[in-house]
Amino acid sequence: MKIKPRTFSDYASIGFPAGMLMVFFVIPFGIMIAVSFFQRVQGAFYEPAFVFDNYARFLTSFFGGILGFSIGLAALVAVVSVLLAFPFTYILTRMARRTQVVWLVFLLSVLSLSEVLIGFGWSTLLSRTAGISNLLVAVGILDKPMSLSPSFGAVMTGMVYQTFPYTVLVLFPALSRLDPSLVEVARTLGSGPVRSFLNVVVPALRNSIVSTLIMVFVFALGCYLLPQLLGKPSHWTLSVLITDQAIYQSNMPFAAAMAVFLVLVSLSLVAISLLYGKKENAA
Amino acid sequence: MDDIKKGISRRSVLAGIAGGSAVAMAGIAGFPGVVRAQEKSLKIGAYGGYFKDSFDKHIFPEFTKATGISVESIAQPTGEAWLVQLEQAARAGQAPADVSMISQVSMLRGSAAGIWAKLDPAKMPNIENVMPSFINKYDDGSVCGVGAVTWYITLVSNSDVIAQAPSSWEELWKPDRAGQLGLLALVTNSFLLDVTAKTYFGGQEILDTEEGIMKVMDKLAELKDNVQLWYRDEAQFEQALKSGEIPMGQYYHDVAGLAAADGYPVRSTFPKEGGINDSGSWAVSKASEKLDLAHVFIDFMSQPEIQTLLSRKVGTSPTVARAKTSLTDAEFASVSSEIEPIIPRYDMYQQRADWLSQKWTELIVS
Repeated sequence: MKIKPRTFSDYASIGFPAGMLMVFFVIPFGIMIAVSFFQRVQGAFYEPAFVFDNYARFLTSFFGGILGFSIGLAALVAVVSVLLAFPFTYILTRMARRTQVVWLVFLLSVLSLSEVLIGFGWSTLLSRTAGISNLLVAVGILDKPMSLSPSFGAVMTGMVYQTFPYTVLVLFPALSRLDPSLVEVARTLGSGPVRSFLNVVVPALRNSIVSTLIMVFVFALGCYLLPQLLGKPSHWTLSVLITDQAIYQSNMPFAAAMAVFLVLVSLSLVAISLLYGKKENAA
Repeated sequence: MDDIKKGISRRSVLAGIAGGSAVAMAGIAGFPGVVRAQEKSLKIGAYGGYFKDSFDKHIFPEFTKATGISVESIAQPTGEAWLVQLEQAARAGQAPADVSMISQVSMLRGSAAGIWAKLDPAKMPNIENVMPSFINKYDDGSVCGVGAVTWYITLVSNSDVIAQAPSSWEELWKPDRAGQLGLLALVTNSFLLDVTAKTYFGGQEILDTEEGIMKVMDKLAELKDNVQLWYRDEAQFEQALKSGEIPMGQYYHDVAGLAAADGYPVRSTFPKEGGINDSGSWAVSKASEKLDLAHVFIDFMSQPEIQTLLSRKVGTSPTVARAKTSLTDAEFASVSSEIEPIIPRYDMYQQRADWLSQKWTELIVS
């Protein structure tokens, strides 16, 4: 049974989170929107104004292409992460409590690694001089060691490595709450383990899967170090260019305009998928 | 406030232990020393890594010994990143460092935005030694920066992988260098437009017009297939160069020398067209409240003996005339070259900043 909040004091408990959200999200985001309309002073910094130049500069096929690539990359990372993490988490939730704890602690420790460490780690692992291709040579699969980074594959590997533990942790509660009798029924009725997983477990958790996809997508969209450390310039995402403008060209207004655009695009994608999800539920 | 105090005392103890300087004594002795260190201390920014380590080890302790002013050194990122941080902090009335070493493109941008404190030459008699071209001034003629060190970006190679030292920047365009180069990723710190103009277009005059710059960019586009890594972060290339993963590229002569001295198979060559000569200036953030101490520091650093020490220990080239230093021929040759250097067209990077960065990004990304 739901109890509806009636008085002002009923709302007080959300006062603190709301305040934090205000101070650390709404206000900074508002400042960023304001800066995105400021006038860039070439060769120096910027001054307050209300101009659309920064958005106009962004609306070109060049930046359109980069925006498209960034969104595609983040979506692909989200899909691959969920494809890997969903079966993994399912199996994990069936294991003994002790094993689960060990795995979760391990995943949490991977999550605590900084992007810099992950980037440098993978660039060494994928290098010609010290990387895993040397192992492949030793086994006899390759003739001579080769450099696997920078490349698109390297960017994908690094990013999926980074998002995988996150994905598992997001999926874990939903999967561990899944009623085991659902699968038992399917098995009793003659489904094999794979079939019951695909026909029962996956559809039952469709909403969790969609929301996880969205969370990982947004997480991956903000990634800027890995594409830069593991990718060629053609794999640089919009986040990399935002950093370039903000940090290296001291062009805050243009960086802010690109960032606002990126946030709006990702918010609308999230909104679309939520709407779609609602319709599905209603149907 | 308490937190800040704690931060400073902990750091000054750490810095002191690392430097073996008087600060360590003060820190270990207890609170009175810490309080004194806070009264006469300067936060000084130097590029993080080998560069700052050398300053911490060889230069700052000398300064503290001579003046009693303790130094809290701040690892600053290369180039513009630090400028942006200084500028943002100055807007909030903060100074992450009192004195910083600032490269020339950043000096110009900072001057245009007016973030540097005006310096008083009368308080710094030693800056007479510094060559006039290394003194930065505001439009009204007041001094805002004093040449700290100059450095070269040269052609570096891994001597295990590339037996013959390259002799010209043309080497970057050779087809057999495919996938072997590491170059700086930004137009304002790679200075590759200047290099290409000097190497293929008979000089930097072609960079006067947008048309000319586009021609130079077209030529640069030809070497894109050779580039394995466009790096923003020095450490990224340094590691790959040492291991031979990326055996050639452009890099800082001084840091390459330090790596070679540590036994890595790294060599730095001045190409026949000249190395790229850039310089760093000491500048004081307008938000700093320690302008007086900053004057003492800049004056100290402008002495010919200290410039000599910098060349010997950090590997930079002096900003005072060579004749004033006690560098031997061999020592001077190790930090500089007789070949006429390529001096970047700072005016171009300043005036066409946004257009250049846009064209440059399109050049390397597409």
